Amino acid sequence: MSDINTAQPPIPAASQRRHFVRSVLTNPTGLVAALALLIVIASAIFAPLLAPNDPSAVQIFKVNAVAGDGYLLGGDGSGRDIWSRLVHGGRNTFLGALITVVIAASIGVTAGLFAGFYGRKLDLVARWISDGIMALPALIVLLAFYQALGASIYLSMAVFGVMLSPGFFRLTRNLVNGVKHELYIDAARVSGLSDLRIITRHILLSVRAPVVIQTSIVAGIAIVVQSGLEFLGLGDPSTPTWGGMLQDAFSNIYVSPQAILWPGLAITATVASLVLLANAIRDRMQQGGVQVRAPKVLPLAVSEPLPQTASDVLLDVRNLVVAYPANEGWREVVKGVSLSLRRGEVLGLVGESGSGKSQTAFAILGLLSPGGRVLSGSIRFDGIDLGKSSGDEVRALRGRRIAYVPQEPMANLDPAFRIGFQLVEPMMTVLGISRAEATRRALKLLARVKLPDPERVFRAYPHEISGGMAQRVLIAGAVACSPDLLIADEPTTALDVTVQAEVLDLLRDLQKEFNMAVMLVTHNFGVVADSCDRVAVMKDGRIVEINTVADLFAAPAHDYTRMLLGSVLEDGMTRTYRPPMTEGMRA
Amino acid sequence: MIRYLLKRVASGIALLCLVSTVTFMMVFGATGNVARNILGENATADQVTALNSRLGLDRPLMVQFGDWVSHAVRGDLGPSWTMSESVASALASRLPVTLSMVTIAVALMALLSAMLGIAAAVRGGWADRAIQIVSVAGFAMPNFWLGLLLVLTFSVELGLLPATGYVSFSASPSAWAASLVLPVTSLVLSGIASASQQIRGAVIDALKQDYVRTLRARGVSPRSVLYRHALRNAMPAALTVLSVQFIALLGGAAVIERVFAIPGMGSLTVSAALIGDVPVLMGVVVTLIIVVVLVNILIDFLNAWANPKVRMS
Repeated sequence: MSDINTAQPPIPAASQRRHFVRSVLTNPTGLVAALALLIVIASAIFAPLLAPNDPSAVQIFKVNAVAGDGYLLGGDGSGRDIWSRLVHGGRNTFLGALITVVIAASIGVTAGLFAGFYGRKLDLVARWISDGIMALPALIVLLAFYQALGASIYLSMAVFGVMLSPGFFRLTRNLVNGVKHELYIDAARVSGLSDLRIITRHILLSVRAPVVIQTSIVAGIAIVVQSGLEFLGLGDPSTPTWGGMLQDAFSNIYVSPQAILWPGLAITATVASLVLLANAIRDRMQQGGVQVRAPKVLPLAVSEPLPQTASDVLLDVRNLVVAYPANEGWREVVKGVSLSLRRGEVLGLVGESGSGKSQTAFAILGLLSPGGRVLSGSIRFDGIDLGKSSGDEVRALRGRRIAYVPQEPMANLDPAFRIGFQLVEPMMTVLGISRAEATRRALKLLARVKLPDPERVFRAYPHEISGGMAQRVLIAGAVACSPDLLIADEPTTALDVTVQAEVLDLLRDLQKEFNMAVMLVTHNFGVVADSCDRVAVMKDGRIVEINTVADLFAAPAHDYTRMLLGSVLEDGMTRTYRPPMTEGMRA
Repeated sequence: MIRYLLKRVASGIALLCLVSTVTFMMVFGATGNVARNILGENATADQVTALNSRLGLDRPLMVQFGDWVSHAVRGDLGPSWTMSESVASALASRLPVTLSMVTIAVALMALLSAMLGIAAAVRGGWADRAIQIVSVAGFAMPNFWLGLLLVLTFSVELGLLPATGYVSFSASPSAWAASLVLPVTSLVLSGIASASQQIRGAVIDALKQDYVRTLRARGVSPRSVLYRHALRNAMPAALTVLSVQFIALLGGAAVIERVFAIPGMGSLTVSAALIGDVPVLMGVVVTLIIVVVLVNILIDFLNAWANPKVRMS
């Protein structure tokens, strides 16, 4: 069992932690941001060494002076050295940010840990308070409290910390909700650790990285807001601050406009470093350290001139290769599939999940998930080479001639629109008919798929009907424009057993009625035996066997087919055939 | 739906009560220096005592609170301590100014972030990079510094737009618009920074949904898939961002109004805070909480429109 592994709390060893820090710093943005931050912090700490002048010393002839003559960046409105005030201003800025961050994080993380871990009432109360605090315009509240808090900006920053704690709270609470049912937490509980120890030892560790990111962001917000308060005149006027310098520069904007620049640049550079550092850490966490870059698109392999396909062949897929971008290069999910489908024929495509059967279906529809590509091979539909056709040409085939029935009925209806609209809209687009005509046809289709009250279903929203009804609606939508080819991707998997049979019956009836070719993707041999003419068995992106249903059941040629059949038969259908199993397949 | 909204209204009222109580205790509990602040350094002790008793500050805090509440529920927020008008009338003249500025800023922000966010979600490329740059710049640049830079460039150097002052809409619509260009621009950048990223994420999420594939398979046009279906489903996330940004801009307006000398709630709050005009501060907090609660209820309505599940429950 793999429980031995999952029971380990995700504590990175010290060496891994060093590796993490290193990989954040090897990211160029991360490195530059960290360096910039380091420089600003260091210059604030060593301000007395770096500043040539006393930041409060006034030289009357240097009022609004230009740069030079001992004043590196010039003088401010009172004749004080801008450069000296700038490096000293960093001190109060970082102290203020530190106070805010420490208070916000300790309140938010503590509340989040407990609310997430114990849930229920505590969670409800904490969430209400957190939502309430977030509904307050922070700056206004800080201004209103100014008289009560007094001239020290640090008290205001402490209150601001309380107001920013909901960010930490929500983050921690959601993270705890995500991990509290992990096996290692259960294991810790079973082994008799107290809740408090579990929270502090195990859960706190797993929320550490996101909290670091949030800390960086909150520090940035704190610096901006603190400068805003000081710009408005709050705080101790005798301390040099970046916000206070901006206030001074603002009142002298016509005399000495360049003084506006320096404090603002200091704030912006500091906060930008904090954000970029947070981004670098986030990227590192999301990507596992590897820069994901879309690999070069390989040229489509030149397909050899196709032999003329027989006229009754509707779909002809040859050597289809489908791939998705992976860490380095492409990861192939379909590795050279060839199959064909005659008009009116039902082909089963069978295989375990991950065998590439759905990806084959999506490739034929031209609807691979973002990033996915057909790397080589050809798909011909009724003589049209889909690989060489434009997007518009393929789109014109979809809905009208190639249709699709999905696996999860509820996830495949747009929750925001009435069912009627979702049937009417495609018909109006594809067939170019009026809304009234499309409505009439949609109601007829809903009746045809044996929905009890078509009018009601037409007006309903998806969440108001059952999964079985939703699948009938989707089937109605698929056959709305009498397609030649229907691709059904596990159409019964998500349904109750009793409903499965009805839906299969319906599909079979419709197939006969419209004389459609059907490609039925499934992992269920029972469905294959019931509905298909031929069946293709897929494993690891390849077709291992194609045969008529009768022959395949009677004499499976491939070991893998035998194994799949074996597992079905063991479920207790018919017990006439029991394939021999080799050692390796039992796994 | 009705129940849901009633719950939100009740929650809003509870929030209003709680915040007014806490604020009252904070601001009225610390009025020791107010009389001296108002009268100036040279006032005698007798003058201070007289003013304290005239303002009612010599009564116990709970009595003051009861008095304030009994008037406030009737819409009477008392007289200002430093201005010749009542708090209610000061607010009545200031609130429309701030609200019009913030509303324009939020609308502009919503439009620009939606455009940028959708473009980035669908195309990536330049729009993605633009969002990255804007999100760092908008976050790192204090809005008032941006305002100062804009004043420096467009008013001091180029002389294109007024640096300060506010003209009411009724006096001259064009001068009103001109007086709002720079303040609104300074306000929206930080909003766009966070909103466009969130909208991008919401649209990407919506486009990943299974029903989008099904709609495409049925031949629905890409335009309709994006603008009708994906956007409608991304709406709740976008609306949440709007409500958060609205609150942020109400606060941000305080500093921006100072930079551009706009006579709104923000500059009223700043001057009241610096001198200690406590009734005005109470009035501002109460009014803004009511505005925020109302806006959030409006957002809930819009959310219900976009999301039938909410509407039905």
